[in-house]
Amino acid sequence: MATRLNPVDVVLVGFGWTASIIAQELTDEGLQVLALERGVDRATVPDFSTTHIQDELRYAVRGGLFQAPVRETLSFRNTRDQTALPMRHLGSFRPGAGVGGAGVHWNGQTWRFLPDDFVLRSHTEERYGADFIAPDITIQDWGVSYDDLEPYYDRFEYLCGVSGTAGNVGGSLRQEGNPFEGARRRDYPLPPLERSSGSLMFDKAARELGYHPFPAPAANTSRPYKNPLGVQMGQCTYCGFCEWFGCGNNSKASPQSTILPVLLKKDNFSYRSGCDVTRVKLDNTGKKAKGVLYRDLEGREYEQPAQLVILCAFAHHNVHLLLLSGIGRPYDPVSGTGVTGRNYAYQITSSVEAFVDELINPYMGAGALGQAIDEFNTDNFDHGPEGFIGGGYIALWTTGGRPITQHHLPKDAPKWGAGWKKAMSENYLKSVSVATHGSVVSHRGAYLDLDPSYKDAYGNPLLRLTFDFHDNDYRMSEFLTGKAEGIAKAMKPRSINVNKRKKPYSIVPYQTTHNTGGAIMGDDPRTSVVNRYLQSWDVPNVFVVGACNFPQNAGYNPTGTVGALAFWAADAIRKMYLKNPGPLIQA
Amino acid sequence: MDTLETKRNILDDSAPGGGVMPEFPRATPPQNALSRRRFVQTALALPVLFALPACSQDKATPVKLARRFFSAEEYRFIVAATARLIPGSDEDPGAVQAAVPFFIDLQLAGPYGRADRWYMEGPWAKGTEQQGYQLQETPAQLYRKAIAGMDDYCRQRFDGKAYADLGEEDQDQVLHDMDQKKIELKDVPAQAFFALLWQNTQEGFLSDPMYGGNRGFAGWKLIGFPGPRYNYVDDITQYGKPYPMPTVGLLGRDGTRTGTVA
Repeated sequence: MATRLNPVDVVLVGFGWTASIIAQELTDEGLQVLALERGVDRATVPDFSTTHIQDELRYAVRGGLFQAPVRETLSFRNTRDQTALPMRHLGSFRPGAGVGGAGVHWNGQTWRFLPDDFVLRSHTEERYGADFIAPDITIQDWGVSYDDLEPYYDRFEYLCGVSGTAGNVGGSLRQEGNPFEGARRRDYPLPPLERSSGSLMFDKAARELGYHPFPAPAANTSRPYKNPLGVQMGQCTYCGFCEWFGCGNNSKASPQSTILPVLLKKDNFSYRSGCDVTRVKLDNTGKKAKGVLYRDLEGREYEQPAQLVILCAFAHHNVHLLLLSGIGRPYDPVSGTGVTGRNYAYQITSSVEAFVDELINPYMGAGALGQAIDEFNTDNFDHGPEGFIGGGYIALWTTGGRPITQHHLPKDAPKWGAGWKKAMSENYLKSVSVATHGSVVSHRGAYLDLDPSYKDAYGNPLLRLTFDFHDNDYRMSEFLTGKAEGIAKAMKPRSINVNKRKKPYSIVPYQTTHNTGGAIMGDDPRTSVVNRYLQSWDVPNVFVVGACNFPQNAGYNPTGTVGALAFWAADAIRKMYLKNPGPLIQA
Repeated sequence: MDTLETKRNILDDSAPGGGVMPEFPRATPPQNALSRRRFVQTALALPVLFALPACSQDKATPVKLARRFFSAEEYRFIVAATARLIPGSDEDPGAVQAAVPFFIDLQLAGPYGRADRWYMEGPWAKGTEQQGYQLQETPAQLYRKAIAGMDDYCRQRFDGKAYADLGEEDQDQVLHDMDQKKIELKDVPAQAFFALLWQNTQEGFLSDPMYGGNRGFAGWKLIGFPGPRYNYVDDITQYGKPYPMPTVGLLGRDGTRTGTVA
């Protein structure tokens, strides 16, 4: 029997980026807000101190800051005719656990999606005709536009102290920025990071080919910065330990470095770590949430009553909770009906390694120090002759040179032995990688549901992922990889390796933690879990926030859009929901 | 006290043939009381590792390090195999000189070896390549079964010799055959073991020396990584120039707690 706790106004499931943003906003309204975090408590001091955080084995290889599958995992198969088996250790993606969530161990690559991304289906049909989209591709419009989200992108970028060069301020195009981006109201808060050797090589090669390279937007501070909440961040030192690590220098934006110093001082905010939320508890009508059930580290069960329940966990976990709680009709891939678990998508990546004569010193870097081109993203080019939808950016990132996981070897180098050793000594300081970062369409056979066999530590069914990239995306990635190869060759390297994404999708090699969908937003309750304000269509006092809201995935890293959506939803709650609790849009 | 400054050996008495026994080269020998104190602290922190010869005044007696996971026979396999995966000599250190076998032993004795963070519930099935690791064995159990299987395989094919007793060419061929799925073991897939062994060998060669491998920064010096450093603000724009500062680890200039103050 669950112990019933004192009610709060708002309970947040998870305590990463989205929960921190929403907690900051809703506590400003005077609400009593509680965040429940499954992982451990973490603070910049002492947990991310540079005396120990720059440890590749502990954090990048053994995954010290990540979700532990022993406590939470999913099962996976490529297609419905296979039996899903559990992901026994992490591979393809690496969700965070602990206060700050994956906002602690990300790189800081902070993009806005393009205006066309939010109306992908209607835009594609308008330009290329409805027949251009294969019948099993289930892409749809978001129900929210770029213009709707622009003020909220701006807020997230200023919260984080993003370093970059604007390409389009109020419709006027700027030299050296991304000429394809949507109009922004003002410049980035900080100038771009210093360029690395690799950035300059990419820039020169891309310009020779007629492209418009620009410094990628970085939530790594190029200067000391005080954000609008009054939180001070330090200048990035290019130590090369962003991704998989916490930042001990307060120069990579995270909840800890941007919000928590203010939020944690508020009397009307509290959080508890080590709490696994297992259900959203509904009343007997099934249309109102009473709170959540959770387990502590000793397995004791608690009921936390709340007026408003906001799911702010990682994409998979939000969808898992919805399915376990019976919120939204589960998606049925046979009939194509139902919504919860529908339109799972991911990110399709590839790379071209280039072995050069110049000394690169790859270990001097930052998580979002990169030079990129956007010529081949979304609909920035004519898709008519290509016959596929979508695209992505091509970039050369200088995130660091961690020896175990970030060395490159020519394809003719021996895999081990004396030849391997020689190749390591000859190439570590003289190699770069040009990456492609492609969009992924949602399609009928890619979805999340509950596994019939495998259980978690509490006896609940695991989430089951059924996924392969659509052929559309393999073709798109092939195209994008060809363009990356062109840039790599223009750098005049000694040799290159072209690493294409091979069919079928494998959960084994790390790709990205950009898992999307399953609780998507939209205009129609028959094809979306939440409305444009991220409010559940079925249970109006439940909101669901995160990359799980994306109807399909764009060719950019998701965090900028996730941050913007969190501010957008918080604003809707503040300005509309609290005045008149109930559905913000009538179904 | 001088005993503490003698060379230490990571193998115990039962290991044959001094040729493959790794020593622990130091960047600089400890020269002052502080360094000795640091070493004693380390010894206290890792009591199982260091079988200190109690009260010995004999300078020639090396400090022994007990293995924590491998048996003597298993350890012979690991030393021999890693010596082929990353060969080396005193002048050009490889896996053995960098104490990679010691690193692997420690890793398998700890949470990684036990798969503490992995989901290890049934039902068990082989699955597809895309579904990833589906063996019931933890990393430590996989090593144990696979080493026994590999030594049996070698004895059958090479006149009763265990892997460690083969010539280098034969040792290399056996590793290639494991990697190429040409060897079938009774209990576990040889290729999965090879993949894990090679992964852990690279980890031991390239991780921070505080985990026991990368001794004397052997791996980092080979490739040119200067170690985890805090600040490259002035250096990142020195395009094309070698970075001038010496290698460091999280525990300092010689990478272990036993060293001198830099």
